[in-house]
Amino acid sequence: MTVSDTQSNSTQPSLSDVVIRTEKVNIFYGAFHAVRDVYLDIPRNQVTAFIGPSGCGKSTLLRCYNRLNDLIPSARVEGRITFEGVDLYSKQTDPVEVRRRIGMVFQKPNPFPKSIYDNIAFGARINGYQGNMDELVERSLKSAALWEEVKDKLKQSGLSLSGGQQQRLCIARTIAIKPEVILMDEPCSALDPISTRRVEDLMHELKKEFTIIIVTHNMQQASRVADMTAFFNAEASESGGRFGYLVEHDRTQNIFNKPKEKSTQDYVSGLFG
Amino acid sequence: MAPSDQPNPGSNQDAMSYTVSPRRKWFGTFMTVLVTGCALLLALPLFSILWTVISRGAPSFSPDLFTQLPPPPLMKGGGFGNAIVGSLIVLGIAALISVPFGVMAAIFVSEFARGTKFASFVRFGINVLSGVPSIIMGLFAYGVVVLATGSFSALAGGIALAILMVPIVERTAEEGLKSVPMETRQGAIGVGATNFQTITQIVLPAALPSIATGVTLSLARASGETAPLLITALFNQYYAKGVLEPIATLPVLIYNFAGAPYKNQQELAWAASLLLVMLILVVSIIARSLSRRQTFG
Repeated sequence: MTVSDTQSNSTQPSLSDVVIRTEKVNIFYGAFHAVRDVYLDIPRNQVTAFIGPSGCGKSTLLRCYNRLNDLIPSARVEGRITFEGVDLYSKQTDPVEVRRRIGMVFQKPNPFPKSIYDNIAFGARINGYQGNMDELVERSLKSAALWEEVKDKLKQSGLSLSGGQQQRLCIARTIAIKPEVILMDEPCSALDPISTRRVEDLMHELKKEFTIIIVTHNMQQASRVADMTAFFNAEASESGGRFGYLVEHDRTQNIFNKPKEKSTQDYVSGLFG
Repeated sequence: MAPSDQPNPGSNQDAMSYTVSPRRKWFGTFMTVLVTGCALLLALPLFSILWTVISRGAPSFSPDLFTQLPPPPLMKGGGFGNAIVGSLIVLGIAALISVPFGVMAAIFVSEFARGTKFASFVRFGINVLSGVPSIIMGLFAYGVVVLATGSFSALAGGIALAILMVPIVERTAEEGLKSVPMETRQGAIGVGATNFQTITQIVLPAALPSIATGVTLSLARASGETAPLLITALFNQYYAKGVLEPIATLPVLIYNFAGAPYKNQQELAWAASLLLVMLILVVSIIARSLSRRQTFG
């Protein structure tokens, strides 16, 4: 089996609907080859889930889409990632601009140590937002289904909220900068089931406006929220380390009900991972 | 059923009990008394100093101390208004120099060079600097400022104290910056903040309580230093007219008057000691309360 075989077999969205195109992407940390030869297209206004066992490189790949791996000095990306046709890793591409158009929600809720209001306003302000800030804060908090809970305490610290509220605050601050794509790196792994449910419901709302990529360890979550699912696996390399690669990318119901690869079948039925 | 066959927690107490040997009991008591005694003995100098300074300094405390100039020998009354103002000026200059340098160095070590060899070299240098005797700082400022300008001055004193304060400011600021989680920085970068915006608008405000603690602690430390001031700021019987003139400070006034053979000057030295101790006490309490206001648990 080769990765490109899997790709050509899967249902490909038409070209104009592709927001992010990943071509022969290899990711290294120093000498360590973390992710190998990924070809993957992310369709517009859909939720794409990355699933797979730990160490399969799904978070690593996600962080390449908004160049967050730039923060790790030893990280190196080979191949081509294009966003709306623009090469994300060309020398002319400003990583700050990339992150403004491709927002990110992290695994651990990480609100700024500022008021709830300023948590939202910070991103908008540095992005040169000119409109009515109060309105933007309200609209973003409403989109993140948090407004009713915090509208009377906007001056309180974002850190005073519960974990689930903090995560929705982080989603709100991402929405406020009006990105085109929202990356979510296991956004519910630190949340209780009720908060998780709210964030998942939120994703269904958000995909009307945004393209969403979510990394998750929770297969039920992938089946609940995702239109497309990409299954990654890890394999021992010749040098002894483990590298991650894309096994299969297809409509979510196909991945879960009639996967083409045996390892996908094994993973979604809980045989490993 | 014999009770001895049954493993029953109630009936097993015999196995757990023992008779304390007199030797062991005596040793335990002795060690307890020893460590308690050591702890009390440590507190003794502090209370002794406080008691002496308060009992000898309080009687001569009066509003005149803050307004009048030091009296010549054999004169009654007087104060040390010039030394109070002088101490504030010298400390102000020291803070003005040490705070920007210390905080910037901390930003470099924590935000730009974290984990590099150069960062550990800088930290090593700062540790060495904090161990250098304060008189050496004074000699350095003497060589660099006093000899160059041809005069003892508040500026020279301020620079000597600044070198003393920088390591404290840098270390507490660095700790404060490092206590800001990496995730918070990534969050800011993730909404499209530049490095500069992330540091100035997210990381520094979060580290502000720690930085303020470091600044106040270093001020408390520097305000009592005498040796470096003796050879830089020297002393002045009057109010200094500028920062390039010799200037009176509280520690140097204490040093001069405590050794003088005149009773009135000795009493003023005690009063100045009391004022200085209170000042340091207040500043330390402020530092403690600031350090409790941690942004991240």
